[in-house]
Amino acid sequence: MTQWSTGRPRRLDDAFLTAGSSSFTEFVSAYRPELLPAGRRLPSGASIEAPHGTTIVSLLFDGGVVMAGDRRATMGNVIANRDMEKVFAADDYSVVGIAGTAGIAIELVRLYQVELEHYEKIEGAIMSLEGKANRLASMIRGNLALAMQGLTVVPTYAGFDLESATGRIYSYDVTGGCYIEGGHHSTGSGSVFARGALKKLWRPGLEEQQAVSVAIEALYDAADDDSATGGPDLGRQIWPTVAVVDHSGARFVAQDVLEEHVQVVVASRRDNPGGAR
Amino acid sequence: MSMPFYVPPEQVMKDRADFARKGIARGRSVIVVGYDRGIAFVAENPSRALHKVSEIYDRIAFAAVGRYNEFESLRVAGIRYADLRGYSYDRTDVTARALANTYAQTLGAVFTQESKPFEIEIVVAEVGADSSTDQIFRLTYDGSVADEQGFVAMGGASDAAEERLGTGWRPGMTLGEVLRLAVDVLGAGENGERRALDEAQLEVAVLDRDRPRRSFRRVVGPLLTRLLGDQPGTTDVPAGILGTESAGAQSDSSGAGEPPEGPGPATPPA
Repeated sequence: MTQWSTGRPRRLDDAFLTAGSSSFTEFVSAYRPELLPAGRRLPSGASIEAPHGTTIVSLLFDGGVVMAGDRRATMGNVIANRDMEKVFAADDYSVVGIAGTAGIAIELVRLYQVELEHYEKIEGAIMSLEGKANRLASMIRGNLALAMQGLTVVPTYAGFDLESATGRIYSYDVTGGCYIEGGHHSTGSGSVFARGALKKLWRPGLEEQQAVSVAIEALYDAADDDSATGGPDLGRQIWPTVAVVDHSGARFVAQDVLEEHVQVVVASRRDNPGGAR
Repeated sequence: MSMPFYVPPEQVMKDRADFARKGIARGRSVIVVGYDRGIAFVAENPSRALHKVSEIYDRIAFAAVGRYNEFESLRVAGIRYADLRGYSYDRTDVTARALANTYAQTLGAVFTQESKPFEIEIVVAEVGADSSTDQIFRLTYDGSVADEQGFVAMGGASDAAEERLGTGWRPGMTLGEVLRLAVDVLGAGENGERRALDEAQLEVAVLDRDRPRRSFRRVVGPLLTRLLGDQPGTTDVPAGILGTESAGAQSDSSGAGEPPEGPGPATPPA
């Protein structure tokens, strides 16, 4: 398929017809490496200011996992975006949340979504949850050169394991280390405060609705003390993004349901800034 | 020392075409047929693992007859082509027409340049917003493309099968009706004898028009039995989340909240 390069008839290149790989990233890095974030080079020593996305929290509940993210992107002291989405469905049974340089992170998520779907179509089967988590780790590893110049991406991955019928959370570090988390996890600039809230509010065997409430409480605490994390915006009706993954798949909590949860949290904090305990 | 004989190009092409046709005619048939809410693919294929019908992209599917290794490499190439295009442009920019053209160029080049032509026949189908915008492209071993209306039969005895489909098919049939028609056509032998085909020998899939995003779905197990058995109340695939057979089995619960979102590239920042 050479319509991008020469005027030859658009016959499929050998790269397309080669057998073996079920990975989209491997195929693109061999055929069109410049399309991948890892295939790009920055001048050494350079750094640029780009929008940053911040806090993601995730926690297990009885029968699945909840992931929530605030909506703010910042660039230095400026709010670059008020209603950015940072939690995405990766496939039918998993979600990925991103913290770090927004442009690179969103590109990585798009690539990751294609990667999982590509495997599913070629192999005719869904990849194991562990396999999906490792694929994401290798993509983060590929971004290391950009990360060293300040364009870091640190995702959280959460999914429902069809084999053991439980939710799982995987956290990552900037070098592509992948760690399975028990219970709950938070990442991004507000994660310290969110983690404190999660520690106090999370317990094993929560129900789905309780887990959604805990996630919103944790994000509220993060926004309370971290200027780069956006709190619920009642004036503009901007609520955190909340995704739930259970045996029936990944779905996003509807806006009106979120509004109810947020109103309850905000009302309970009136004259009680410490929130639920 | 022998001198090579002069063989006229017409003869070369004819020999290659005969060779390819013979290879294709040995295999079992595949039928692609439109119904009121999508496009159905019915293949006689006892294997559960080696598919003749496959998903390519959101609204596009692939069906093939002939040599497995040859059409499998084209299937994988098609998925790579579609995913690369969707990734570098947008999901809506992946079309069956472009893919069919690319396949046609490839098949045509192999037919004239390689030592042997591909012994395969392919259908690339795309489901549209309504049945008038459905597209079914049929590609043959020499790279010729035909834009088919309503139905296609490929493989052994495809002419007779097309004729039978032509008499039995009309626009607006339900999924159950077209599946029973297709099984009837596949089971019809020469000189009037009939073979009974049960679910174990069939590979059935649909492109479901009403499904958001990825519209491809395999029809297996009890659902297929109900559709083929003309049981009242079962005329179509139920709405549910997309998945493989194993995942589909778990999709019958109705949790609170919204229906599951597809694994789409979610909204990028404004």
